[in-house]
Amino acid sequence: MTIKIDVDMTKCQHYGQCVFEAPNIFRLNSDDKLEYTAEADDSELANVEAAIDVCPMQAIFIVD
Amino acid sequence: MAVTKPVVVVGASMAGLRVAEALRRFGYTGPITAIGDEPHAPYNRPPLSKEVLAGDEVSHATVAFPQRAATADVGWVLGNRAESADLLHQTVTAADGSVFEYSTLIAATGLRPKRQTYPNNLMAGRHVIRTLDDAIGLRAALGPGVRVVVLGAGFVGCETAATARKLGADVTIVAPGAVPIGRILGSELASEIQRRQEAEGVQFRMKRTVTDLIGESKIEGVLLDDGSELPCDVFIEAIGSHCNTEWLSDNDIDITDGVLTDSNLRAVKTSGGVWDNVFAIGDVAKFPNELFDGLARRVEHWNIPTESGKHVGQLVALQHTNTPEAAAQLSELMSKKFQPVPSFWSDQFDTHLLAFGLLALADEHKLVQGELSGDCVFEYYRSGKLVGAAGIGMRSVVQGYRNAFTA
Repeated sequence: MTIKIDVDMTKCQHYGQCVFEAPNIFRLNSDDKLEYTAEADDSELANVEAAIDVCPMQAIFIVD
Repeated sequence: MAVTKPVVVVGASMAGLRVAEALRRFGYTGPITAIGDEPHAPYNRPPLSKEVLAGDEVSHATVAFPQRAATADVGWVLGNRAESADLLHQTVTAADGSVFEYSTLIAATGLRPKRQTYPNNLMAGRHVIRTLDDAIGLRAALGPGVRVVVLGAGFVGCETAATARKLGADVTIVAPGAVPIGRILGSELASEIQRRQEAEGVQFRMKRTVTDLIGESKIEGVLLDDGSELPCDVFIEAIGSHCNTEWLSDNDIDITDGVLTDSNLRAVKTSGGVWDNVFAIGDVAKFPNELFDGLARRVEHWNIPTESGKHVGQLVALQHTNTPEAAAQLSELMSKKFQPVPSFWSDQFDTHLLAFGLLALADEHKLVQGELSGDCVFEYYRSGKLVGAAGIGMRSVVQGYRNAFTA
């Protein structure tokens, strides 16, 4: 099973707090902009939920 | 079978939500009650002074935290304030007279803005910004040409000033310090923040304070301590906060500044020892952090409610699980203690600040990368030991400091 991840890039301010919680999913690129993997294994669910929690802009969503 | 008393969380904001989620995640299946004085379910506060205030639509839906299935059965008691607690008899009494018995009590009541009292203590035209309702009220008062005076040059004052300016208001910040946010950022970075605000048209009256309000039925101006007057339609008080801890009065607990806790966020008894079933989380928790010096202090940064809520949620869930495995996990968790790396960020116009650590502890700081007028990174030291780092831009560099603090 997989989970689908969506980041509202109109909200995202590239703070990168999510990177610490789910480093397999989120990263800052060389321009300090957020990049992410939109689909991941279920085993990442807890990490992604933690990333959702620490996003100052609350811009990260798991898509059903 | 005896009825299980609930875990009672007082305060239904971010910390309250996170502790409830963590209780469930770590296996607590008993009842949870969360009591909050605001009418709204938990929502995210940082956008209130920025995106929400700048937006066309200010509503709960734009800032509400998503509710997860695991916490669907939490009993949210909203629009009801905890008035008192009796820690010996394990009860909380609310403003409407209802009494809540608890097995474990978690204080997450947060802060409320300080307010000044003036000889001419007008209220019409006067604002603070802490709650969603505050933001809705302030948003309605802002617009092009509105004359705004912000009292206080901390993060909230500076961010609110920037947002009001972007909405076309004429904005003046009045504050007693030499530079905005100077106590935390240090003089160079603080002066640069001021320069950037001024370049966008925000005016500063530093080393000044407001001594009175001018007007009859509503505010028309403010009087400064040098005798000068500023015309003013909207007066915003952003001068810091009080802890909402009065409801814990008359208990064996230290609430002189927040709730004094041990390094696992258990409330400390003034008579010695700790309450094993009373915790504080979020802005009101005054906890020692051995990453720095083990001195108890409150930390009003956005990541603390979430991190403290998760720590206490796990701890309490394990306390309520009667297995040898849970006892071992509890012992391990408590030996690790709560040692968060404080983190904050601030957006003012095109300036994006990000920081880790406890910058205010520093006795020395230095520019280590970039240029002050552009993107840059500062390190903060106390007695030669790194206590913080902050940057404008250069996110990847600043992020590298998150794990740079060690006990």
